[in-house]
Amino acid sequence: MTAAFLIAAAVAVLTTALALTRSNAVHALLYLVVSLLAVAVVFFLYGAPLAAALEIIVYAGAIIVLFVFVVIMLNLGPEATEQERRWLQPDIWVGPSLLAAVLLVELAVLLTDGSAAAAGVVGPAGTRAVEARAVGIRLFGPYLLAVELASFLLLAGLVGAWHLGRRPWQGSPAREEEGEAP
Amino acid sequence: MSADILAGIANVLGILAALVVVSAGLVFVERRLLGFWQERRGPNRVGPFGVLQVVADGVKLLFKEDWVPPFADRGVFILAPAIVLIATVLAFAVVPIAPGIGVVDLNVGILFVLAMASLAVYSVVLAGWASNSKYAFLGGLRAAAQMISYEVYMGLSLMGVVILAGSFDLRAIVAAQADMWFVVPQILGFFIFAVAGIAETHRLPFDLPEAETELVAGYHTEYSGMKFGMFFVGEYVGMVVVSGLIVTLFLGGWHGPLLPPVVWFVLKLAVCLAVFVLLRAALPRPRYDQLMSFGWKVLLPLSLLNLVVTGGVALALDG
Repeated sequence: MTAAFLIAAAVAVLTTALALTRSNAVHALLYLVVSLLAVAVVFFLYGAPLAAALEIIVYAGAIIVLFVFVVIMLNLGPEATEQERRWLQPDIWVGPSLLAAVLLVELAVLLTDGSAAAAGVVGPAGTRAVEARAVGIRLFGPYLLAVELASFLLLAGLVGAWHLGRRPWQGSPAREEEGEAP
Repeated sequence: MSADILAGIANVLGILAALVVVSAGLVFVERRLLGFWQERRGPNRVGPFGVLQVVADGVKLLFKEDWVPPFADRGVFILAPAIVLIATVLAFAVVPIAPGIGVVDLNVGILFVLAMASLAVYSVVLAGWASNSKYAFLGGLRAAAQMISYEVYMGLSLMGVVILAGSFDLRAIVAAQADMWFVVPQILGFFIFAVAGIAETHRLPFDLPEAETELVAGYHTEYSGMKFGMFFVGEYVGMVVVSGLIVTLFLGGWHGPLLPPVVWFVLKLAVCLAVFVLLRAALPRPRYDQLMSFGWKVLLPLSLLNLVVTGGVALALDG
């Protein structure tokens, strides 16, 4: 299992790095998809099959598809790739790389620290699979408030999307008379 | 122990071989059935009753020039047809065929199928983009919007079944149907899933991503040889997967009197596949905006209603 974890984790890190450095947007998104799949494998290994499945359905299968959809719609062509390549100069990398390095050091310290592993924060040993049922009971029990807040947010997003996507001549008969009809 | 492992390997390889053979054979069956329903003969020259037509087609595809257009994005162009085949074949892995026959039992089986269905979208979208031609591009765009939309109702329509069975595990769902098939209490969910399944596999009448009257061949316009063949086989494997899911989730899986379980599963699967073909023979293709508004304005409210009613009834009966 450790070997499987290491392979999946290595794939995740590598593909994320590739997703950041590709100058072709669609290629970058494809690497991001592979990275998400690798993270799903890690979730699965650590006994969270529901999280793994949702990772693929929601992130890889819906959100990134929308990203790909938009990138394809814009159909920017080779000029955009060139521009992206010009933007990816080494001096732009310094800030993000330093911040990421801080996180990496922190993670390494946590992983090597015995007390964290003993507290069950990390470590594959002794993990047991979390049933979908348990997740649901938790979500609609102690975490009900968070679920409701998320549903507020989603509803607001939905109303906003409807407002933006609405055609101006629809919904108000007064405007129709103003001659904005198609 | 080694006998167990051997049986497991035989199971996996046997199901894989059967899936691919059935999917390829479907091409012939579909053409013959279409011929029957449309008062014509269909392929009947190669071998007895034309059974070997598939072999002839396969040989033809293999020997065609495997051409990648110079204007295409080469890597993605080659990757795209592989994705659909891999995703659909993997999705079939969780379908339980009979007690003891099946590749893997996952406790999130349904979600695994939905995940694979959502990954299959990439194949069509990327094929459309990588081909770098306008017909393929339009087909890819249509496919992306259509498949993302119908995934929503596909998932929602299955939640009624999950409530009744109390599990995402497909074997547990089949076991829960020993007394009554879920098609009876979940008739609405059954129809929504069937429609969404046809749209997910972009079969006729929902084959707008490849509508030949408008888009030449849609997303696979630029494909030739075996890459085209992979899209084709992927579509038929998708048909088998959706039919297998309908049998497993709504038609009681392997349950049935007298005959052995495997035979029941195969019989039900064959009926579902024949209905798929009959729909193709009977229904015209809708307009694209009709397809999308039908989904969001009819299927989505219906599937939500189904979910609410099923949940309410389950709660009322429970307590």
